[in-house]
Amino acid sequence: MTPLTIADKTFNSRLFTGTGKFSSGQQMEEALLASGSELVTVALKRVDVQNEQDDILSHLGHPQFNLLPNTSGVRNAKEAVFAAQLAREALETNWLKLEIHPDPKYLLPDPIETLKAAEELVKLGFVVLPYIHADPVLCKRLEEVGVAAVMPLGSPIGSNNGLQTRAFLEIIIQQSKVPVVVDAGIGAPSHAAEAMELGADAVLVNTAIAVSQQPVQMAKAFKMAVEAGRMAYEAKLAPVGVTAHASSPLTAFLDEL
Amino acid sequence: MSFKHIFNQLNWNEIKESIYAKTASDVERALMHPVRSLEDFKALISPAAAPYLEQMAALSQRLTQKRFGKTIQMYLPMYLSNECQNICTYCGFSLDNPTPRTTLTPEQILKEVEVIKSYGYDHVLLVTGEANKTVGVEYFKEVLQLIRPYFSHISMEVQPLDRQEYEQLIPLGLNTVLVYQETYHHEDYKKHHPKGKKSNFTYRLETPDRLGKAGVHKIGLGVLIGLEDWRTDSFFTALHLQYLERTYWQTKYSISFPRLRPFSGGLTPKVDMNDRELVQLICAYRIFNEEVELSLSTRESQHFRNNVVRLGITSISAGSKTDPGGYASGQQALEQFEISDERSPAEIVQMIRNQGYDAIWKDWDNVLG
Repeated sequence: MTPLTIADKTFNSRLFTGTGKFSSGQQMEEALLASGSELVTVALKRVDVQNEQDDILSHLGHPQFNLLPNTSGVRNAKEAVFAAQLAREALETNWLKLEIHPDPKYLLPDPIETLKAAEELVKLGFVVLPYIHADPVLCKRLEEVGVAAVMPLGSPIGSNNGLQTRAFLEIIIQQSKVPVVVDAGIGAPSHAAEAMELGADAVLVNTAIAVSQQPVQMAKAFKMAVEAGRMAYEAKLAPVGVTAHASSPLTAFLDEL
Repeated sequence: MSFKHIFNQLNWNEIKESIYAKTASDVERALMHPVRSLEDFKALISPAAAPYLEQMAALSQRLTQKRFGKTIQMYLPMYLSNECQNICTYCGFSLDNPTPRTTLTPEQILKEVEVIKSYGYDHVLLVTGEANKTVGVEYFKEVLQLIRPYFSHISMEVQPLDRQEYEQLIPLGLNTVLVYQETYHHEDYKKHHPKGKKSNFTYRLETPDRLGKAGVHKIGLGVLIGLEDWRTDSFFTALHLQYLERTYWQTKYSISFPRLRPFSGGLTPKVDMNDRELVQLICAYRIFNEEVELSLSTRESQHFRNNVVRLGITSISAGSKTDPGGYASGQQALEQFEISDERSPAEIVQMIRNQGYDAIWKDWDNVLG
């Protein structure tokens, strides 16, 4: 499996993980270690950046974990930029998962504010990974303003509904010049494998691991599924035909002439 | 158009009859539907749903874990004042209750903050009676400016204010406002609130509209269970929630379930809701609305709280004092109502962990507004 490079970092794991919804910090740490993940997103609103004993941060001190602060909770570009600057200062990273969802019910991203914020944050030197709808045009617009990757959703966040946006993900993957990370909605290892087989560069999974009965085992399952999906993609999947290939072709008689 | 217009088109007795007419097959359909309507909610809170409680609890638990994970948010009320110009038949702060009155000074508030922070709290709920002259918007401004540096999330449960007043408080750090209708039964509301500004049913009913227009981050809804038929009151709460979610779509919502508790000079509840029925109601809300936050206070017993944290509740208070200055002084004399679960925050956190859940102290940040 080839490593993945985003901006100035190279990742051997193509499984990115989240830190919410676990039943304890200890369980989160064990699951994330089992996942092999090297990029872990953490909500600024959940961590107490002044506190070294913060229940989330204190479990993420492993060298393989790169922190990806996210702006979950902000409702517009202005708040996002402010939150990003706070995160950069507090967590000493210029990497940022840009999330702007003014809709607190389904947490659906605002494309207009996201594009505005991304443009400004790139100018401010951030490595921006925006969480967005599976909108191919928006992805190209974000690419033009200089984001480091795009993170389209597979289905509503936390829904575990898999790749309901598959048709749009295929277009995004086909035409993207930056890595595509399928984020949100991946509820089973098979969904993650499907995304990787499609050619996604990585997937981000949280709820499906955190809420399972055995998060550590589920994290391992996702690790294997992502690897299998990526290996299959790199090996080139056999084509799927719309017609049968008869062992005795119907037009074989023409060769006999 | 405000919620009042929708409310005025409905008849309490007709709604009540339709809830009590729901059948087992209505409940089964409600449990089967992937997205539940208000009619489904009626079925889930109806007497016909009682035999389905275990199924409802399992579904509620699954939906809650999907949306919120295995986590419970921690918050604590800080009572700033028990001055009140209202007569409410069920409340210890009522004007006609001859209890000593006090409003905390900035120095007293900081002493309270010190104790609350020592427990580990980062989310605080400010509570007062209704005394606009002494505990009005100017007082709230001072308090927000005073305590904002100490908390990530500040909620208020005070008298309803005008939209412009909310708009002044939000930039100073007000994130959430809880405003319970007490009861949606218009006539009984008047009986329970015979004097004071609170006797204006419509002004209270339209408060969430004013909050939505002002742009507050979160609105808490609920009724005081015990004043009227809880099933009908809960239907109106769900209707109100649905209207608000569709109208003020950028606002978050929470529901609370305060059951009438004893207080000095108290009212006997007109309607008694037992523990099984409260579990039914909690599960019904969750099945109806996967995203709404559900909150449980220290009014409920230790045994009850130990068990419902796994069934749909997403936030809980612990170690509450319901009298102004109660954390620093240890007084219990001026309280609004008696608390039932008197365990310390540390004990509650341990209980939550024992249930396989994580206690969350911080889930908001000043930087977010």
